[in-house]
Amino acid sequence: MPQDHEIAVEIGGLPILLRTQDGSFRDMLVSRYAGFVGSASRPRFEFDVDLTVPSPSTESELPDDVRVEMRDGVWRLARGDFHAHWDARAGRGRIRQSANPYSIDSVLRIVHTLVLAKEGGFLLHAASTVRNGRAFVFSGISGAGKTTISRLAPGDVTLLTDEISYIRHDPHGYRACGTPFAGELARVGENCSAQLSTLFFLAKGPENKIGPVDAPEAARLLLRNILFFAEDAELVKMLFRSACEFVESVMVRRLTFVPDQRVWDLIQ
Amino acid sequence: MSDKYIVRSSAIAARMLGGEMMIMSAVDSTFFTLNEVATAIWQSADGRTPLSEIVGGVIEQFEVEPDVALRDAERFVEELSPHGILLVSDHPIDDSSAGSRETV
Repeated sequence: MPQDHEIAVEIGGLPILLRTQDGSFRDMLVSRYAGFVGSASRPRFEFDVDLTVPSPSTESELPDDVRVEMRDGVWRLARGDFHAHWDARAGRGRIRQSANPYSIDSVLRIVHTLVLAKEGGFLLHAASTVRNGRAFVFSGISGAGKTTISRLAPGDVTLLTDEISYIRHDPHGYRACGTPFAGELARVGENCSAQLSTLFFLAKGPENKIGPVDAPEAARLLLRNILFFAEDAELVKMLFRSACEFVESVMVRRLTFVPDQRVWDLIQ
Repeated sequence: MSDKYIVRSSAIAARMLGGEMMIMSAVDSTFFTLNEVATAIWQSADGRTPLSEIVGGVIEQFEVEPDVALRDAERFVEELSPHGILLVSDHPIDDSSAGSRETV
């Protein structure tokens, strides 16, 4: 009988057990999620991963054609390179994909967006860092400067991510958590978290300055940068509510910067 | 003009934020921000009050010219209804058919 190989990937304090019968795939996951490998003894969710032979026709489909929908109480996640189903109540699911790291990375992101949406949090296209015990999040579309601001961070700054920020709602406000979801910097974030101080929307400009963003504009920008894939009206409503509550309780600013380290003088 | 009736869809989430009414379609995630006049029309869209009567209230409240108010109201309805945010009918609309709306 084939042997099971397990790994628990713990992001945002949420351990998800991945079980495969391919030891080398498990080893690849251990390497990819280094720093985020938790205890497999008490996972919140479990997924069996069935590995398939890559098919040129399916793997070549555009990566953004993801579909996420709930049918008969089970989430169905599908893209050209993977199919997954997940019974959130039972805490179990199954992923069918080839032995590549990108598909499982996408499944994990989607699962986290679904979990966070119900808890008032979200994943955000943003870099995030910790300085002096407080988290600073830098959001913007591709090219806005997420990687640049991360690369310029001085030595006393802890990088949580340069690409996908993990925002949790807790009784004290909002926390930014480290993620292994790396961008151009290709550096996995630190697996730690801190109370969120400020969300900056990035813009490159001729000088370093911090400016105001009114609440409606902040909500618009925030919603534009939140990762969410599910075709589910109730969750969309929850996400809208979460975004509105977030901008009403967290400091939101526009950070215009020139790409040199002096910008970090403004971020204390 | 033949009267229209409008009612807010249940498939939306709405919230007043910083003095602006923000509306998001739960169906296609389209996002709208309404100005003061549009917000007044939105809040009056109960499916029972004819649009002409809603416009009458807007004229009174905001002191705008009747033809301007009517034109703006019709444009507002044309913009929001394709996204399922507003339901439009030539007859009064049973409020329950739109379901409960979420205003947060």
